[in-house]
Amino acid sequence: MPEARRDGPQAAPGPGGPGGMPFGGPRGGPGMPGPKEKARNAKGTVRRVWGYLGRQGGSLAVVALTVVLNAALGIAGPYLIGIAIDRYIVPADSRGLAGILAVLLAAYAAGALITWLQAWVLPSTVQDTVRDLRKGLFGKLLRLPLRFFDGKTHGELMSRLANDVENVNNTLSQSTVTLLSSVITIMGTLAMMLALSPLLTLVSLLTTPIMMVSTRKIAGFTRKYFKKQQEVLGELNGTIEETVSGQRVVKAFCREGKAMEAFDASNTALRDVGIKAQIASGVVGPMMNLLNNVTFAIVAAVGGSLAINGLVTVGVIAAFINYSKQFARPLNEVANQVNMIQSALAGAERVFEIMDEPPEPGDAPDATDLKDVRGEVTFRDVSFGYSQGVTVLHDMELAARPGHTVALVGPTGAGKTTIVNLLTRFYDVDRGAILIDGHDIRTVRRSCLRSSLGIVLQDTHLFSETVRENIRYGRLEATDAEVEEAARTANAEHFILRLHQGYDTPLSEDGGNLSQGQRQLLSIARAVLADPAVLILDEATSSVDTRTERHIQQAMIRLMSGRTCFVIAHRLSTIRDAAEILVVHGGRIAERGTHDELMKTGGFYYGLYKSQSRGEQT
Amino acid sequence: MFKLFNYLRPYWKAAVLAPLLMCVEVAADLAQPTLMAHIVDAGISGGDVGVIVRTGLLMIAVVLIGAVGGIGCTVYATRAALCFAADLRRDLFRKVQGFSFANLDRFTTSSMVTRLTNDVVQMQNLVLTMLRILVRSPLLCLGGIAMAVAINARLSMILLVAIPVLLTGLLLLIRKGFPLFTEVQKRLDRVNAVMQENLSGIRVVKASVREEHEEGRFSKANDSLRDATVAASRMLALTSPLSMAIMNASVVAVLWFGGLLVPSGGIGVGQIMAYINYMTQILFSLMMVTFLLIGVSRAKASSDRIREVLETDIDILDASGAPRTSVADGSVVFDRVAFRYRDAGGEPLLSGISFAAQPGETVAILGSTGAGKSSLVNLIPRFYDATEGRILVGGKDVREYRLEDLRAAIGVVPQDPILFSGTIRDNLRWGRAEATDAEIEEAARSAQAHEFIMGFKEGYDTVLGQRGVNLSGGQKQRLAIARALVRRPRILILDDSTSAVDAGTESRIQKALRETLGGTTRFLIAQRISSVIDADRIVILENGRVESTGTHRELLERSPVYADICRSQTGSEAADA
Repeated sequence: MPEARRDGPQAAPGPGGPGGMPFGGPRGGPGMPGPKEKARNAKGTVRRVWGYLGRQGGSLAVVALTVVLNAALGIAGPYLIGIAIDRYIVPADSRGLAGILAVLLAAYAAGALITWLQAWVLPSTVQDTVRDLRKGLFGKLLRLPLRFFDGKTHGELMSRLANDVENVNNTLSQSTVTLLSSVITIMGTLAMMLALSPLLTLVSLLTTPIMMVSTRKIAGFTRKYFKKQQEVLGELNGTIEETVSGQRVVKAFCREGKAMEAFDASNTALRDVGIKAQIASGVVGPMMNLLNNVTFAIVAAVGGSLAINGLVTVGVIAAFINYSKQFARPLNEVANQVNMIQSALAGAERVFEIMDEPPEPGDAPDATDLKDVRGEVTFRDVSFGYSQGVTVLHDMELAARPGHTVALVGPTGAGKTTIVNLLTRFYDVDRGAILIDGHDIRTVRRSCLRSSLGIVLQDTHLFSETVRENIRYGRLEATDAEVEEAARTANAEHFILRLHQGYDTPLSEDGGNLSQGQRQLLSIARAVLADPAVLILDEATSSVDTRTERHIQQAMIRLMSGRTCFVIAHRLSTIRDAAEILVVHGGRIAERGTHDELMKTGGFYYGLYKSQSRGEQT
Repeated sequence: MFKLFNYLRPYWKAAVLAPLLMCVEVAADLAQPTLMAHIVDAGISGGDVGVIVRTGLLMIAVVLIGAVGGIGCTVYATRAALCFAADLRRDLFRKVQGFSFANLDRFTTSSMVTRLTNDVVQMQNLVLTMLRILVRSPLLCLGGIAMAVAINARLSMILLVAIPVLLTGLLLLIRKGFPLFTEVQKRLDRVNAVMQENLSGIRVVKASVREEHEEGRFSKANDSLRDATVAASRMLALTSPLSMAIMNASVVAVLWFGGLLVPSGGIGVGQIMAYINYMTQILFSLMMVTFLLIGVSRAKASSDRIREVLETDIDILDASGAPRTSVADGSVVFDRVAFRYRDAGGEPLLSGISFAAQPGETVAILGSTGAGKSSLVNLIPRFYDATEGRILVGGKDVREYRLEDLRAAIGVVPQDPILFSGTIRDNLRWGRAEATDAEIEEAARSAQAHEFIMGFKEGYDTVLGQRGVNLSGGQKQRLAIARALVRRPRILILDDSTSAVDAGTESRIQKALRETLGGTTRFLIAQRISSVIDADRIVILENGRVESTGTHRELLERSPVYADICRSQTGSEAADA
């Protein structure tokens, strides 16, 4: 009786998934078998995901139980219908029919209830797991050394992580349940079929090998074309991305025509390979339909002949047609789900890989806290390189007395920023030592060290919070009054008050609604609030024009007074008053002294200064 | 959204054939249960093996015809959909190539890329779905109803109850569930945003020891995402037990009422089986249609985004029918020019700008950040059109040239030195496609780039990654300058294009430019006084107007703004002295 539709639900409660999300997905077939991706250590990854899932304890057991029960009820449905036909409908026993239909109705009701229970419990189980995973990942990212982020673009890292976690999410909420239920259904159905009629079982399984071979064959094609499609798609997306992001230059150089040529080539190639890939995968659906329908016909005909000879009953045929369908569908499902689970495992593995990255090394067991930092900073014979064999700093000697300003100048890439990276222990020195108030910074707790340093960078990083919260970032326990006081000190209050909600104006993620200068003032306010003993200004004003800079300068001078300061600048006007100027060149200190001394020496600094201030000599 | 379907027109044969073939498949599917009923009722009950075998063979024949329909439909629908998408994408890309800068300003790069990639794929899937399932499901539903009524009209009362109940239930759930899913998306965006900003601000977070604070912030977003997802999934997950319950209750009802009719001969056992089959087909098709319609409404967002691009009016067009000319010389005249960005309210960004540059002169433009320096030079190659007044290049209004002719005479070095994937030589040849290797090398020498290029193992054939990722900022800037020089332009525009180059190299570049570009007019936007000191003319922009123009010496005497800038760069005592 039952229909032979590939996408039709059974007349019985089928192996319902978690009541998944039927939005949009086109019918049957192995949807989009992208290039297959496999986890390198699937077992270990499964075990770790299990570790997260396991925390859900009871509800996990409930889900498993509902899956099993549901599959069992799905198998019972056709059996009961067969009995109803044989024993009651054919002999016209309406009382008995009422009885068996009541049982069937009860089974269906139980099925619906169980499905609902599953649909209720599963989301929280899965979401709690995914939340924990996300949280663990985020916490880990924050604790990775900066070295990890070198050479990775944030966008790439970000989209990968978001995708991978999402993938794990989908797999947990759909694939695993479907897989489990498919396996149970296949085994249960097979058992029922064998019990009802071994001969008919053999007949209805006739097409199964053909089906499995042909899907495998098609899947081979599909995979080949999809892989090709993926490559061409990557090429096309690359062309689009590059052209669109450089569109203004393309126009300035009248290269529109050339861009279109490149685009057309990839676009046409994608269309052609896409047609092949999509047809190959789209044909699987009708093919399955065909085989199912053939089975349907064979079972009906063979079953009918058997029935005439009294070997089987009509009810058994009815049940069989249902079962052979129930058997075929999960078989297709299993292959699909296994693929999806594999690619999700690969994603999970990448997430775990990050979780396994060594974090910033912990503090030494006997690490101490700095107390009442005076701000005496000494570099003793420091050497350092980001990668092995490439030394960026050579035997750096440097001493800053409390409250004094040390300026670092030199061409880009000379190693100025590296000095900051070492002082904050974003990286550790290879040789030598850095001391604060006479303590080697490696013996100080890292959080304490960083709290006593204040950094103002060229790129002000603002968070998508209010102006007030962004300033408070300097010292979380600061009161509103202190925040506003800091803003005043930083010359920032006048523009803050002009924002439409004053201190409570929310900033967009990159602070895009503020000018460079304004953003810089906010980050100065942050530093004022933090009140660090040692202040580092890393090209803090180089992205604003010189007159705006002067405006910031006032705030800066107020901020700097009474602290040890390291000022990195390539504009020399900013640092003339420093107690000591170090010219860093090729990872070494090439010259040192006050402005006047260096001018007298007539060295590198003199040349640099002259070339920048030619304006004043004419 | 339906406007975009015009793109299907060239493929109308495939687009018509696909649904027709689908009709064949549906017809075959609808025939199955009836044939089945015939086997049971006429064959088994009548004890006629011949009927059974004949009907069985007929079924297989019907199945084969159906499969031809199904596979044919897939083939044609896929062809139509992919060709549709390729054409749509091509036109989008063409359109964007024709955009003016003002048009481009309206879209961020990432949203533009999304439109060209993801949104087009969405439309492609929509067309594919429409040609196949959106044809299939309603047909199956209607055909199923017809077949069911034909078997037994009275049993169809069950359908009369089941269909409205199912539809109402589904619609209610969708209505309640949909806003929940929008909420999930919003919260997911928030989680990603917090993660993103922590990744890009990792130095700040670490330096301020705010790891725990950030974890708290993240947890808040993360927990709220979890709550919304759970609520939404639970709501949507109700659809499955609901539709199952309705369908199964209907099956039981058919068995009961049908079973009662059997003894009176009102219906055969096979017909009951067929009836149940049709009913599940009907109800299932209804579910499919409902969900597909939601899918369609989702695709609307994509189609809106695509149409937004396609329907943008390009606001800078070639002078219609202008003859091909080349720019006579490098003279540039700004004649009472005013400019404001479209959609920008308030005062114009630039107003009353008048000055003239002779061929071969160097004009420096100075002013604070946001004063409109870049906007001013962008008017020369007609990246934007002036709102008022006119700009003459080579004695002729820029709007009278063909864009290609005008821009061919201008070399632009933008602030952000964008390079493209390919070799260094390819990139430099952007300036002029027919430039010889010797000319390219000469330009690179002038831009002080030759030396570092030769430092690479592959020299000029070194392959650059996307956007030149493997170069330093200063190197990229020098390549961008060389690229503009390859053009041998009449006018060269340097928009703060040496900011990452050290002062020594910069002055060597300036010197080389003076020596090799005798007749070329140079516009120079700069921050450092040292860069502009030798200019023939310095234009000081202040609040959107020209505060004064003159040489360094003249301006020191008569421009308070210029004197102020000098002071800010050289230290106060020195300038006062």
